[in-house]
Amino acid sequence: MSAALLSVRDLSVTFTTYGQTNAVLHGVCLDIPAHSQVALVGESGSGKSVTMKAIMGLLRQPPATITAGRIFYDGRDLLTMPDRERLKLRGTAMSMIFQDPMSSLNPVFTVGDQMGTILKYADRRLGRSRSRRERLARVHEVLAQVHMREPERVASSYPIMLSGGMRQRVLIAMALLSEPKLLIADEPGTALDVTTQAQILKLLKDLVTERGLALLMITHNLGVVRETCGYVYVMNKGNIVEHGPTAGLFAAPREDYTRALIAAVPRLTGGTRFGRQNEVRP
Amino acid sequence: MEFALFLIRRVLWSLLVLAGLSVVIFVIARGMPGDPARMALGPRASQEQVDDLREKLGLDRPLIEQYGLYVSGLARGDLGKSLLTERPVNDDIRSTFAATFELVLVTITIAFVLGVPLGVAAARWKDRWPDNVVRLVAIFSAVTPSFFLALLLQILAGYVLHVLPTTGRLPPTMVFSPDLTGLVLIDSLLQGRFDAFAEGLRHILLPATALAAATMGQIARITRASMIDVSSQDYIEASRAFGVPEPVRVFKYMLRPSFVPPLTILGLEFASLIGNAFVVELVFSWPGMAAYGIRTILQKDLNAVMGVVMVSGVFFVMVNLVIDVLVGFVDPRVRIRGRR
Amino acid sequence: MSDEAVAGVRRLSNAYQNWYRFSRNPTAMIGLTIVIVCILAAILAPLITPYPEHVGAVVNFRARHLPPSAEYWFGTDNVGRDIFTRVVFGLRVSLLLAVVVLGTAIPFGTVLGLLAGYYGGWVEIVIMRVTDIALAIPPLVMALAVAAVLSPDLINSMMAIAALWWTWHTRLIYSITRQIRTQEFVEAAETLGAGRFHILFREILPNCVSALAVKTSLDCGFVILVGASLSFLGLGIQPPTPDLGTLVASGASFLPDYWWESVLPGCAILFLALGFNLLGDGLRDLFDVEDVR
Repeated sequence: MSAALLSVRDLSVTFTTYGQTNAVLHGVCLDIPAHSQVALVGESGSGKSVTMKAIMGLLRQPPATITAGRIFYDGRDLLTMPDRERLKLRGTAMSMIFQDPMSSLNPVFTVGDQMGTILKYADRRLGRSRSRRERLARVHEVLAQVHMREPERVASSYPIMLSGGMRQRVLIAMALLSEPKLLIADEPGTALDVTTQAQILKLLKDLVTERGLALLMITHNLGVVRETCGYVYVMNKGNIVEHGPTAGLFAAPREDYTRALIAAVPRLTGGTRFGRQNEVRP
Repeated sequence: MEFALFLIRRVLWSLLVLAGLSVVIFVIARGMPGDPARMALGPRASQEQVDDLREKLGLDRPLIEQYGLYVSGLARGDLGKSLLTERPVNDDIRSTFAATFELVLVTITIAFVLGVPLGVAAARWKDRWPDNVVRLVAIFSAVTPSFFLALLLQILAGYVLHVLPTTGRLPPTMVFSPDLTGLVLIDSLLQGRFDAFAEGLRHILLPATALAAATMGQIARITRASMIDVSSQDYIEASRAFGVPEPVRVFKYMLRPSFVPPLTILGLEFASLIGNAFVVELVFSWPGMAAYGIRTILQKDLNAVMGVVMVSGVFFVMVNLVIDVLVGFVDPRVRIRGRR
Repeated sequence: MSDEAVAGVRRLSNAYQNWYRFSRNPTAMIGLTIVIVCILAAILAPLITPYPEHVGAVVNFRARHLPPSAEYWFGTDNVGRDIFTRVVFGLRVSLLLAVVVLGTAIPFGTVLGLLAGYYGGWVEIVIMRVTDIALAIPPLVMALAVAAVLSPDLINSMMAIAALWWTWHTRLIYSITRQIRTQEFVEAAETLGAGRFHILFREILPNCVSALAVKTSLDCGFVILVGASLSFLGLGIQPPTPDLGTLVASGASFLPDYWWESVLPGCAILFLALGFNLLGDGLRDLFDVEDVR
């Protein structure tokens, strides 16, 4: 298990609001080996977003408190390392793809400006330096990698000028800017229509496999899991209730909760939903 | 392109507001009972004198015709003639408006320069002591009548500390006339008269501060609210996740989208700022429109009063147009979609 | 328990909950206390002031320009009248002004806002364009102009302010109405054939009440400030009846030596406006209507 790129051990988190403390994670453990794609599934409120935020270091403390546990990245404990060290990893070694393409881009700055700023400070944290022009070239390059046809035009656009699918691609490009090893994707594309979402997931899957990135896919949609991830953790009420290779888990779920989740996936026949063959059979 | 259309629409709209304003003003000045010529000349003037003035200024014609004359005058930028001195109202207002304009300009500058950082600080340290201090400042500046603040500043800075002059625009002994733009602070720089600039600045500081307080409090409050609103947006969380440092997040990513609400508020409440300017000018003997307006009101010179109200309205409309353009610059959504 | 009784208990406990939350908000409680104290003082002025006769044209030259003391809490003015007494009576004028202006402006502005928001179309265009025009006129300048045409007294000034003030309520009610007119309970009432009157005043208006309460409280403060500015300029109630703005203005000629003659009445205006503002702020937190100013 120590070979895992990211390893969460016994993570417990509580939230304190209005003087009341509620435990939201109860000793969560999960492992993401390098170059592998792992899903974290659960309903809304199951604790998957809190887990994700804890990994990324985005939990607001207070109201949240990490009461126990460790999070290892590449063998180093993120929770005990100095903030400065941790900041170095954020957005560079591990990066995040945000869920809602409509609200995750700043409406009053151009895409290129926002990506350039991210790159600038990522470079600074890593002790690199790049000129403004080099940064812009990198932005164009990454935009091209997410299959944007006119990267220059996209970079000089404001978010409002782009379609939802294009904005989601921009969000993916943002995550790829400084070549992270681990991508955490928070239900990418759920805000989009089904066809566009399928394209986005295909793109994401291709990018991850081409580059050999590790992926933590956070979702409530088991159809997405089946398409993109080889291993699944199922989460309920702050606990990991079941985990295992995707195929096995789908074929023989042990927990009632997992069975219920699987039963909730709409039955689809026909081949186009995720851009590949398939018939989603619960 | 959309933005140009947006601006054209706003300009047309402003013209409509001004047209409506002209009706309102005309109805007040001419539709009310009483004869303006008689009012202006007073009860002791002979009927002949009154009739003479009525004929000269067209007050004997039907109201519709008078309104037509009034509006065609306005369209040419002519506010008519004083009922008392028969001097063009334009001339009198022009010489006083520049002083009011300068005061309001400095006031807005002070209000933004102080209000925005206060709002940002309050939002950044929400529910901690900076927030409480700013809330207190905002509330007190909102509830202190500007004339009272003007008096307090006068006592404090003028009589107790003896640091700043408390009346006028320039020292009475100084020979300087702002001929180019009418603004002391600008003309003095253009003419290289730095002594006049320094004095002008010293003189405007107290009245502008007294006038700015209410607006500043309002701006701090709105900036705080919109910063807090923006800070919970996904895109701010995203920039945090990508490791953009906090100062950049606050001063770039949060401040810019938060800038629109205070601008809009300034536009909406600009009328009450002009109203307060009247009182503050009076306290500081500022040679602006207020002194002229109040004198003409006491003299019942209705044409001049109409002029003053109309110019206030034009001032309001102009400032709002400038704000529309600024909002377009700050927020590309307005620029691209052509609406707020 | 019958349904009605249940609803009654629920309403009661709702009111109690609101009061509980409100009373835990220190600024709101301070505001409420100030407002109540000022209103009581204004009503009971002849009973609680030390020299009620000083409201009129009393002259007592031996006691002129006395600084604040145990005998004259706020000092005396240039003819020897007790300033504290005159300030307490001055509250009456300020509060009366707020009541008259808002009492006229709120019903008028609310109805127009409801109509504009609910009907849309040309009704909306006409009403909202008129509010835009009214917005361009400074209330203070308007009051001055009206004073020039009629005569400079309190009633005319109040009417002039009220004639512009309704626009703010119209805008507020309009924006709320526009948001809720497409909501299902309104559409349900329409489908059931409820009359226009019922929909406007029984379905939509109750949803505006909390925003109106906040706005009214804040407005009381602002109307009082505008009124004080007017009387400061000499357009208030005619002497010798005291009025806070006039007190500040007449005291101002004796600055800085007899500072209390203008500063203390000025503080009274501030205090009164502060009370209404804090109360409005507290109500805003309570009702969670962030965008009402």
